[in-house]
Amino acid sequence: MLIFLLKRTLQAVIVMLVISVVAFAIQDNLGDPLRELVGQSVSAAEREMLRDEMGLNDPFIEKYGRFLKNALHGDLGNSYFFKRPALDVIIDKLGPTLELVFGATVIIVVFSIPLGVYTAIHPNTTFTKIVMALSSIGISIPVFLTAIMLTYIFAIQLGWLPSFGRGEPGQFAGIESAYFSVDGLRHLILPCIALSSIMLPLFIRLVRSEMLEVLSSEYIKFAKAKGLALNRIYYQHALKNTMLPVLTVGGVQIGTMVAYTILTERVFQWPGMGFLFLEAVNRVDTPLITAYVIFVGFIFVVTNTLVDLLYGLINPTVNLTGKGA
Amino acid sequence: MAAIPSAAPGRWQRFRESDLVYHFKRDKVAMFSFALFLTFLLLALFAPWIAPTDPYDKMSIDIMDSEIPPVWMDDGDPRFLLGTDEQGRDILSTILYGSRLSLTIGFLAVGLQLFLGIIIGMTAGYFGGRIDSFLMRLADVQLSFSTLMVAIIISAVFKAAFGGEFFSRYAVIMLIVVIGVAEWPQYARTIRASVLAEKEKEYVEAARVIGFKSGRIMFRHILPNCLSPILVISTVQVANAIMSEAALSFLGLGLPVDQPSLGALINTGFEFIFSGRWWILLFPGLVLVALVLVINLLGDWLRDVFNPRIYKG
Repeated sequence: MLIFLLKRTLQAVIVMLVISVVAFAIQDNLGDPLRELVGQSVSAAEREMLRDEMGLNDPFIEKYGRFLKNALHGDLGNSYFFKRPALDVIIDKLGPTLELVFGATVIIVVFSIPLGVYTAIHPNTTFTKIVMALSSIGISIPVFLTAIMLTYIFAIQLGWLPSFGRGEPGQFAGIESAYFSVDGLRHLILPCIALSSIMLPLFIRLVRSEMLEVLSSEYIKFAKAKGLALNRIYYQHALKNTMLPVLTVGGVQIGTMVAYTILTERVFQWPGMGFLFLEAVNRVDTPLITAYVIFVGFIFVVTNTLVDLLYGLINPTVNLTGKGA
Repeated sequence: MAAIPSAAPGRWQRFRESDLVYHFKRDKVAMFSFALFLTFLLLALFAPWIAPTDPYDKMSIDIMDSEIPPVWMDDGDPRFLLGTDEQGRDILSTILYGSRLSLTIGFLAVGLQLFLGIIIGMTAGYFGGRIDSFLMRLADVQLSFSTLMVAIIISAVFKAAFGGEFFSRYAVIMLIVVIGVAEWPQYARTIRASVLAEKEKEYVEAARVIGFKSGRIMFRHILPNCLSPILVISTVQVANAIMSEAALSFLGLGLPVDQPSLGALINTGFEFIFSGRWWILLFPGLVLVALVLVINLLGDWLRDVFNPRIYKG
């Protein structure tokens, strides 16, 4: 187990290093930090002197070493636009993005498990056919189109819900969040539904196919032959074994949702990380772009490593040493 | 489809009597999806001859015709069946040209994925050992990032690095490369899994005993036997690529306004939906959904028919 843990952590560190090289290459080639500092009015000779002084003419490796050292201290440079440390700017926006991811996850869990289990147990009912047909259609509708349609119907035509922004967030136990005020909750509904719309069909299908696989296994047949109550077989024996693969895929998909928040935030002008990133790209705010790449990479690496470790812990058949894999 | 009827008549005969065609004739959803897909394909292919106007031709656009609703509404104009957008372009024409671009990017990006996937997957599966574990780790790592995320970041960096103008001029090539590179691991894994299964079979052994070189065994003997899983994921991948392209264009990281794909059209329409001009967005949106849906349905059907050993990930 310890070897597995070490191997996974080592792999995570290597991946993070690769990401940091990529991020640094972006920073090194995009934009000129000197111009941001001193403007256009400095002569070429002075510029060259300043470049030397700042170490901008050093070899790549040396510059990268400095970058890495600063990054490890949490310093990813200052955003050109906000004139503040880029990492701080991003972490400020992390909250709103996580609010969306959280809401969407709740919707997905609440709907996908019952629907997936039902469609697996009753494969031939009309309701199952409707659910499966809807999930086929749902997979084919891009998130941003769902988001726009929701806005058009519920915000513009019916006027029930606000069409953009995060509203006035509430305070609770010193934490500010849109979940703690009525206005904030009203603003959350549409973006969360939109964000969950692409993953929900995927999860219904996943739960269904895993459940079908479990239901056709020997021990379920045996339980049936033994005369156990069907409900007990389904919900106690089968569901438990269905959740294992669902959890692992699910953990990874929650990371994936970060990508879809960019689209959702763009439609709803939700002040989160994705929206910030798009603005940074348009302003060529290099430190902010770099910091975003590193930060998002970090989220992915951490969720994946955790999911892998969890899976290794729960499932005894996983080859922990990775030999022969 | 799998066999192209341009070959010898014997082959056409074999194709007509194959399982694929047998199942196809008995599945209404598959037949309907295929018919619709073919229609989209033909419409896109012949867009320049079918479209009422040429949306790239600035001379034929009249700003006075802008934002006209579809024909069946009160202010409709019989010249513009589905209405016009904010520049006075005929929506039907922009959709036809747009789906042409979306499909082109979709197919070429998948072609690139296939190329990378075959080379990497075959190498990993056939040679095994260290090369295999290195390549598959690489695939794992890249897959652990959302492919959409990778595509967004690469194109964002391209755009910031080369500037908006350069980016829009080469947008089509950029998108193909970005989407192609972001999704190769899917193919590589599937192909590797099939190669591993095929490698153990006797015909490969026989070919090796005859003394054929690795390259010949890989591409002439093993590859043809891996075709059915490749075909299945290819359909899904084309749908994914079209979706990714639409998402990137919607974010302003894809095709520019004067050369719109379906995603770019939706992006334009988004600005006008708040003022109630829904037709600028709705029609390209519907076409995009319909296109992706039929490709996905075809993919589902193919998977059920072949039931291949797709790497579950």
